[in-house]
Amino acid sequence: MKLTQISVFLENRKGRLYEVCSLLGKTGINIRALTIAETETFGVLRIVVDKSDLAIKTLKANNFVANLTDVVAIEVGDKPGGLAAVLKVFADSDINVEYMYGFVEKFSDNALLVFRFEDTDKAAKILADKGIKVVTRREIEGL
Amino acid sequence: MQPAELKKLQSDYLKKLIPYIYNSCPVYKKKIDDAGVKPDQIKSIDDIKRLPFTTKIDMRDNYPYGLFSAKDKDIVEIHISSGTTGNPTLVGYTRYDVSLWSEVMARTICCAGGEPGDTIQIAYGYGLFTGGLGFHYGALELGMRIIPTSAGQTARQLKVMQDFKPRVIACTPSYVLYMAEEAKAMGIDPAKGNWKIGIFGAEPWSEPMRKEIEQVWNMSATDVYGLSEIIGPGVAQECTHKDGLHIYSDVFYPEIIDPKTDQDVKEGESGELVITTLTKQAIPLIRYRTRDIVSIRYDKCKCGRTSPRISKIKGRTDDMIIVRGINVFPSQIEHVLLGIKGTQPHYQIIVDRKAHQLDEVEVLVEVEEKIFSDEVKKLNELSAKIKKEIEAALSIGVKVTLVEPKTIQRSEGKAKRIIDKRII
Repeated sequence: MKLTQISVFLENRKGRLYEVCSLLGKTGINIRALTIAETETFGVLRIVVDKSDLAIKTLKANNFVANLTDVVAIEVGDKPGGLAAVLKVFADSDINVEYMYGFVEKFSDNALLVFRFEDTDKAAKILADKGIKVVTRREIEGL
Repeated sequence: MQPAELKKLQSDYLKKLIPYIYNSCPVYKKKIDDAGVKPDQIKSIDDIKRLPFTTKIDMRDNYPYGLFSAKDKDIVEIHISSGTTGNPTLVGYTRYDVSLWSEVMARTICCAGGEPGDTIQIAYGYGLFTGGLGFHYGALELGMRIIPTSAGQTARQLKVMQDFKPRVIACTPSYVLYMAEEAKAMGIDPAKGNWKIGIFGAEPWSEPMRKEIEQVWNMSATDVYGLSEIIGPGVAQECTHKDGLHIYSDVFYPEIIDPKTDQDVKEGESGELVITTLTKQAIPLIRYRTRDIVSIRYDKCKCGRTSPRISKIKGRTDDMIIVRGINVFPSQIEHVLLGIKGTQPHYQIIVDRKAHQLDEVEVLVEVEEKIFSDEVKKLNELSAKIKKEIEAALSIGVKVTLVEPKTIQRSEGKAKRIIDKRII
């Protein structure tokens, strides 16, 4: 139920994001979800892709600093209060969300969000217990 | 003093110095023994060539007291400056050494044009740095009124200048230019300022910078040279003719050598300045390699002084840079990075000085995979930790920027550690 997110260190320099995306595009890798955390001097690009093994191999071969993080993609009702309902489950279960971001596309009527938890295993267990729908790796690869 | 007379004085001092060091400092005894010299073979200042050199490495390896010759109870003051790695450079003074320091600093202020009865504003840092206290002792000896403002707090410096009319200002050359900008911003016309004589040092500066300082402040700007290992400020000073720095060769014996061959260069040629402290007690140094490149001349100055004159510092034989009066060695930063888990010593130091501003230091550190995190807060924590530790090691503020690996330019496999963008 866990997905693999790839994080890439980006110097705050013109064209650097383009270089990453263009490299992935040329390799035939499709970005499913993306967010950038930026600071004054650098940024961290976080992506979920269809072929994560190939993506990390390609990035490292091209001298990018990148690593893998476990994340969970959750289907959230695309209606007012949909996200709040899920967040309430985490709050009640004392689960910390480090950060979250949305998917580019969705594959049902629900919105699709990527969550990075402080304790991913604990979060996964709660999600299973509560019957909240998460997206599998296979589903991401076939999106 | 006539040359023959000076030579006799220097020889007398050296003849006393060598047995004193030999008998009171085991480290020096070994160095002298290793050089195959017996103290009684040193009969004249010319015999100095038979003696071994002393380097900053000797100071570091024998930290803290290994090179001291005086008894512990006779040390009345110590100062600490940066070392190349790990240990700082410690220097100590006996009561006599402090009086020697007062004497050479009184000469320095006098040489610049200061007189007893003048008021001096000392805007060098007071504390472990020798700048502030060195000037303080000299001004006291000369009989001046001292305003010990220390460094920083520019608005207050300018108020002191306006309210108490000090004729003499002592600080780093970049700081006096910075103060001119601040003065203008506060609506004060620097050209109408009260400072008439400036004694500037502790960092390299140039003739164009002198011209600028003299013009903007309407004052005479002179250069002072010194280093804490020898005594602090007060080794050499420009007179009002500003044609070389008069070195006090009666107490600090200068040699200019080719750093590669260790042989004397010809008069007027550039080489490394080597100094022997002829009369110091606490930590006398024999043939200390300053790593500063200068030239020397022995002809009489227009001012009448017969002391030899050294040029402004033309460069260094090592990779030390001076930032806001503080010595910085790239190896210090390397040492810090090696001490932080996960970081590699892949770094570059960029020193810049915007027009009329103080020097700024940026340290680029390459982010390795081991320390990279998807969480920005962890990267920020790392960057803050590196910043804190570098600042503690260097005693100056720095900006730390994380960069991608291999972005730091390497020339012939060797990384270029320092980019000095300052226009001095």
